[in-house]
Amino acid sequence: MNHILTIGGRQFRSYFNGPVAYIVICIVMLTLGFFFWNTFFLYGRASSREMFRWLGLILVFALPALTMGLLAEEKRTGTIDLLITMPVTEAQVILGKFLGVLGLYAVLLVLTVAYPISVSTLGHLDWGPVWSGYLGLFLQGSAVLAIGLMASSWTDNQLIALFVALTLSVFFWVLDKFLALLPTNAASVLEWLSFDYHFQSMARGVVDLRDVLFFFSVTVFALALAFRALESRRWS
Amino acid sequence: MTDVMIEARDLTKHYGPITALKNATFQVNRGEVVGFLGPNGAGKTTTMKILTCFIAPSEGTARIGGADIFDDPIAVREAIGYLPESTPLYTDMLVLEYLEFVGKMRGLRGAGLQARLRKVAEETSVGDVIGRSIGELSKGYRQRVGLAQALIHEPPVLILDEPMSGLDPNQAAEIRELIREIGRERTIILSTHNLAEVRVTCGRVLIISQGQLVADDTPDELAARAGKPRFVATLRQNGHSASDIREAFSSIGDAQSVKEQTGAAAGEVIVELVPKGNQDLRADIFQAAVSANLVLLGLEQRGENLEDIFRQLTTGGGAPS
Repeated sequence: MNHILTIGGRQFRSYFNGPVAYIVICIVMLTLGFFFWNTFFLYGRASSREMFRWLGLILVFALPALTMGLLAEEKRTGTIDLLITMPVTEAQVILGKFLGVLGLYAVLLVLTVAYPISVSTLGHLDWGPVWSGYLGLFLQGSAVLAIGLMASSWTDNQLIALFVALTLSVFFWVLDKFLALLPTNAASVLEWLSFDYHFQSMARGVVDLRDVLFFFSVTVFALALAFRALESRRWS
Repeated sequence: MTDVMIEARDLTKHYGPITALKNATFQVNRGEVVGFLGPNGAGKTTTMKILTCFIAPSEGTARIGGADIFDDPIAVREAIGYLPESTPLYTDMLVLEYLEFVGKMRGLRGAGLQARLRKVAEETSVGDVIGRSIGELSKGYRQRVGLAQALIHEPPVLILDEPMSGLDPNQAAEIRELIREIGRERTIILSTHNLAEVRVTCGRVLIISQGQLVADDTPDELAARAGKPRFVATLRQNGHSASDIREAFSSIGDAQSVKEQTGAAAGEVIVELVPKGNQDLRADIFQAAVSANLVLLGLEQRGENLEDIFRQLTTGGGAPS
């Protein structure tokens, strides 16, 4: 556990040594502000629904930028050699890296709480759906970050990692957007696999164990594949 | 406690159709500094990566300080301080931050960590850059930080992959001195293709070529294996013919052969003498020159040096006789 925390802590701090964390935080806050306030007064409702609708989508695009370098950059520069040859297991490296980026994501989420707070000063805000929405964001974000870490474990090129992670996360987000074109059976499967379907239900204030388990499974699955990729290096 | 710190048995590594390492077997005892020598791509880095458990061998196994690389990779990693080729460090971190990180990963905490930090900073003289960002450091200092991170947990075994490549001669000399210092108490394997370096730092040399170990000996033994010393005299011609000059030296009893060498400047003759055994012919050569009234301009003793042996061993020439 100590090793996981040490790796995670180093990763978390290193985000602030470079520009990536600041850029991502700025872009997320600015685009959220633009989309949110653009329609807020139009609807004239003190609701968090709109915010979560946008934030869910923005993060699917923004989070792969945080994960692209996690392992790819270490492989490119060779620092992975030193990391792996310390007395740690591959699983500890993967979990540490994941924890580091999850920490940064948590900071980002905390910053966005400014929006519901400002909404609550303008009218009566129901905080229930806000908290369940944040839980949903956290879970969906974990899944996206795990997918990004997995993509980063497959290559030593950050841009390829970014592209793969973006493609996969957007794919899972967009799955329930074209259901009208499909036969009902296929539609319900796709809907169930969609990130947005599970997330929106939490943003409405419904915490269903199935939604939680869905994101949790995707996260664990992606981390397991990242572990496999990192470990396969030994036997290549 | 065993005195064999590194024991590699039949290490073989295939990368697809390529065999990077073939049946490498060797031992390194406690306190030895062993130079691992070979051309680029001979399998030095592959061997080191296997010993540090970064990659697994296709066949064979190795033990570090008694722990097997397959059965107990964590114990192996704990016993090793490793400096990979080209010293990969987190360039965005401060030297102190980085060494603290490595120390924590090595299980050091609190006062123990601080004490070790001070010790390695002193040993590797990184004290004056401790607050600087690694990315700003010169190659020489980066190498020191690399060594500092390898030393922080006082490992009994150090594996250094080309610790002196890319350094200017002064930096290389400093690092060499540092390695010699460290090597008094530890077992070290260092890879290099600089032969002068091996002669100065290593007590033993392993030469690897095309994935196979072709020599395992002390630098002096290797040089001795290569052949007898030769003595090369440069003389002023002064009207003497080259054959006269050769004649003058053929009276030296211990000389097995006397022959003229090409490449002399105008008006000079170069003669090479090979002794019968290991005799030193320099005094005889001087006497012979004086009695034949020849002017001796230069006299040197040449052994077949490590470079020659290295070239012979690694270009498929087999062991020199």
